Amino acid sequence: MALDSPDVTDGELLGGGSRRVTGDGSGGPALMRSNGVKHLLLVVLAWIGIFLLVKLLQDSNPFRVTQLATMAYYLPAIAGLTVLTGVNGQISLGHGALMAVGAYTTSVLLQRQESLPFIVVVLASVATACVVGYLVGIAAARLHGPYLAGATLALAVGLPGLAVYFRDFLGGDQGLRVTPPSSPAWFESITGDLGRGYVTVLGWALALSALFFLSNLVNSRYGRQWRAVRDDEIAASLLGIDLGRARVLAFVVSAGCAGVGGSLLAVVTRLTAPLSFTIVLSLFLLTAIVLGGLGSLVGAVLGAALLTFLPTFLNNQALAAGLDNSQAANLAPVVFGLVLVLVMLLAPRGLVGTTRTAYYQRRARRSRSTGA
Amino acid sequence: MRISRSRPGTMGIAALALGSLVLTACGSSGGGNSTTPDTPGASGTPGSSQSSAAKGRTAGNTDTTGISDTEIKLGTHQPLTGVAAPGYSNIAPGAKAYYDYVNDAGGVNGRKITLNIKDDTYNPTTTGQVVDELTLQDKVFAIAHGLGTPTHTAVIDQLNESKIPDLFVSSGALAWNQPEKYPYTFGWQPDYTVEGKIIGDYIKKNMPNAKVGLYLQGDDLGRDGAAGVKQFIASQIVSEQEYTSGNTNVAPQIGALQAAGADLIVGFNVPAYTALAVLTAQKLQYKPQYMFSSVAFDPQLVSGLLANFSKGAVSAEAGAGLLDGVSVTSYLPTVDKTDNPWIQLFDKVWKAKGDGKPLTNFGVYGMAEAYTVVQSIQAAGKDINRGNIISAIEQNGASFKGPWEAPFAYSADNHSGISGVGISQFKGGKIVQLEPVMTTGDGDTPITPAKVDPATPPASGIPE
Amino acid sequence: MQQFLNVSFTGFTLGAIYAAFALCLVLIFRATRIINFAQGAQAALTTYIAFDLINRGFSYWLALLIAIAAGFVLGAFIERVIVRRVEKGPEINAVIVTLGLFVAIEALVGIIYSQNQQGFPAPFGVQGFKIGGTLIALTGNDRYRIVAVALALVALLALFRFTHVGLRMRAAAFGQEVAQLLGIRVGRMLTLGWALAGAFGALAGILIAGGSFISPSYMQGTVIFAFVAAVLGGLDSFAGAVVGGLILGLTQSYVQSYVDINLVNMAALVLLLGVLLVRPGGLFSASVARKV
Repeated sequence: MALDSPDVTDGELLGGGSRRVTGDGSGGPALMRSNGVKHLLLVVLAWIGIFLLVKLLQDSNPFRVTQLATMAYYLPAIAGLTVLTGVNGQISLGHGALMAVGAYTTSVLLQRQESLPFIVVVLASVATACVVGYLVGIAAARLHGPYLAGATLALAVGLPGLAVYFRDFLGGDQGLRVTPPSSPAWFESITGDLGRGYVTVLGWALALSALFFLSNLVNSRYGRQWRAVRDDEIAASLLGIDLGRARVLAFVVSAGCAGVGGSLLAVVTRLTAPLSFTIVLSLFLLTAIVLGGLGSLVGAVLGAALLTFLPTFLNNQALAAGLDNSQAANLAPVVFGLVLVLVMLLAPRGLVGTTRTAYYQRRARRSRSTGA
Repeated sequence: MRISRSRPGTMGIAALALGSLVLTACGSSGGGNSTTPDTPGASGTPGSSQSSAAKGRTAGNTDTTGISDTEIKLGTHQPLTGVAAPGYSNIAPGAKAYYDYVNDAGGVNGRKITLNIKDDTYNPTTTGQVVDELTLQDKVFAIAHGLGTPTHTAVIDQLNESKIPDLFVSSGALAWNQPEKYPYTFGWQPDYTVEGKIIGDYIKKNMPNAKVGLYLQGDDLGRDGAAGVKQFIASQIVSEQEYTSGNTNVAPQIGALQAAGADLIVGFNVPAYTALAVLTAQKLQYKPQYMFSSVAFDPQLVSGLLANFSKGAVSAEAGAGLLDGVSVTSYLPTVDKTDNPWIQLFDKVWKAKGDGKPLTNFGVYGMAEAYTVVQSIQAAGKDINRGNIISAIEQNGASFKGPWEAPFAYSADNHSGISGVGISQFKGGKIVQLEPVMTTGDGDTPITPAKVDPATPPASGIPE
Repeated sequence: MQQFLNVSFTGFTLGAIYAAFALCLVLIFRATRIINFAQGAQAALTTYIAFDLINRGFSYWLALLIAIAAGFVLGAFIERVIVRRVEKGPEINAVIVTLGLFVAIEALVGIIYSQNQQGFPAPFGVQGFKIGGTLIALTGNDRYRIVAVALALVALLALFRFTHVGLRMRAAAFGQEVAQLLGIRVGRMLTLGWALAGAFGALAGILIAGGSFISPSYMQGTVIFAFVAAVLGGLDSFAGAVVGGLILGLTQSYVQSYVDINLVNMAALVLLLGVLLVRPGGLFSASVARKV
């Protein structure tokens, strides 16, 4: 089922995790610029692909269209997290809370300022998520490994309570209803009526924009700085990199992406409630980046696809095997947990990393044999 | 060498791309007939003046998705796993057992009723996903028994926009009763304010000197319930304490009620928190009287929980005995009433179609809801569709006979559900009635004794 | 005054439970540098085993012992069969493995023992007592919890300080190569660390359950806050785990009573960030801001 998601990015270019900082200027200006154009082209093509897919499935399989919308809100959050963790080496168990910040901003704005263009709402959500990300990032920049994990975990369990504390403003336990943006007339005149597919198409436009932004960023000086900080702090600071600033910036960027995801989650789910942002969401995001392949944006796309399609797939398999609904529901998490363990034991570099390693090994073998 | 700024070139391309892509996506938000977010409760009382105009809201809808000559497909979202699963995961299996029982007798008009149960883990995002799956992929005729206030709130707009019947939400929130806005949605159990009003009225009449402490779950259950109680005894309330679900330390709340001198605790909470409250009061040597709403008091569950404590070496003072004298509202018979004909029927159904474990009150709840669904399907007739089942419930729902102790309030202007509760007391492991069943509605609807005789189940066990 | 005392006692009891679990996490972290997110699910499983035995007529104490033994075996099994393979790999892979185990074990408990809530027996009374008219909200069961955690802690410290095995475990935790050169079978020591944590977790799980309810997910909140407590104290320090647990329990209890119940979790975040800003390695870290 993951085939529904087109391969939007160039694995080698975007596999940030596999690139090393060499300082020899391997990513020269000309190459960089052409990469930017190439990525732009890929992203536009991917969006057109999604659009056609939505048109195609709109009547024959509308559920897939809503699943694609789900994937669209996971994608930016996962991509941002994989850059933070894979490229910069900071772990976060609290990205679900940053999604909540984006979702609540969107919900509050859509409720109170109905006339605001949606893009303004999204940008505002990104901005608030960045502010929260900045605050957490300042603390995070001084912490290592498990200490950072603990702090971000506390964020994930602490933040949703605020929605209940400020219940007059944020809707309390029942949350805030969201009216999703509707397709503008000129857009509809080109595309025809997309129904709920409009949110899918809109979501993918934003998700792919975030992906494009990140792909350029990790290939820019910032990305190299982040990798340098991840690989060797002392060497990085000898090179004149301000470790704290690099870390905080990575956190802010990653939080902004989570904000995009949260904003989309709000309009796709049409409700923003604290129960949507439990610790489970944060842990799922983390799971997705590792399963896909840490630090790789292609891996992020795979991870988002897994989060979207795997639960339904497992449930249907269990039903097909003759279990009843309750048994299937109980069995699905057992299988999910075991899949996590097995992937880590058998393919510790995630799907993308493991595939790539296998590819290079085969190529190396072949070139050795032809050379001999 | 100092690495600092990124070249503007790359970033410029990024910005450009972001702009151009999003431009195509940049629509006006909230277009169309967007509605202001409603606060459930504020709009809970339907206008009575529009009764004629309101009729036939769903008349044009002849959609028969999910209906074939041999089958009616229903779907539901339930917390089968996760933190809300305890207790609630038994409701849908109860309903399913009853449908299977009806199907064994040939179904309704030759159609078997199937219930597709999806686990939403009580997460509204997941609820949206599984309801999409049910309505778009599995093409169910209706969503039935959907459980939970925040969870169901996530799907109510979409179900009504798609004109899909949303029968008998398993929650007492006021929001389900908005026939103008949500013509396809019906509540089922008495809403929390109705329960609160009847409790408040009883206390005002029978315990005018009681100092009342409210013990509330920090969501619509607690708040709507408290609103009902306060209509009658606002001046008797000495303290109001909320807990949050998941935090099992209620000592601060119970301690505050004790400190405020409350001698009657009124609880709008879930069963586990009833047991926690009683236990914590014990710890504080605090001995108030208790009155719990129906949601809070499942005698089988609560006393079962408490009874287990006494299995330890010493503590004889804990145990089911703690519950003696507790008052509670109810609208369904409970499994301890083994001489009740409805319990006998449901027990028979469960023994034949259940999972082999003992029948619970959650199971009874599910079966009673399923009984209502079967009645609704019968009332819609052989040519059932998504429109006429709604009008069938609006026209006939008030006269549905079943295990519920007060009649449904269903009409074209009222989608709220069971209209009242009785108050009884837990004495020596049994429940005895304190006050006959009273009925009321939201707002200032007066409280009146229910005018129905208790129904007995038909011999076949299937509504006639 | 009475209320303040009782809020403090409640917080102290809560803190003792966090401390017990934080100790398990520290035990494992010291041995393998891994945070074991499955600790709570493991404890849920062993608690259900005890519950099942009690229902079959076993005494509380025998069931407790069997559960502790089961926890020991389960901990050893997980380390030896699964975690051993990711110990050398990236930190995050180990995190994902323990998360996967957490999800799988918890779901398994739900399948074996049903999703329903069950009351778990308390071996001692659940009533507070009075001293000269002031009610002390510390039940017999609470006192038992605190004493049991304290005793287990003392036993654990004694094991590490005064026994040969403890010395070898410490050596293995500090420098694996050196320990190996000294002839210590490091692998065994790591397994033993996980096993001890499993046993200790089994005890703590039953202490939490006593006089309260269990459901397959009942340990979730506890293990999260135990982790916060362990980080607060410093992940390498047993004393830190205990102090961190108590501070967190007390803070949460005070916030719940005197501020707002919805800010209890937020208080944990503020407390943790506050401490980590001053001491990035936790309260009991050996050196402030150790450079990697």
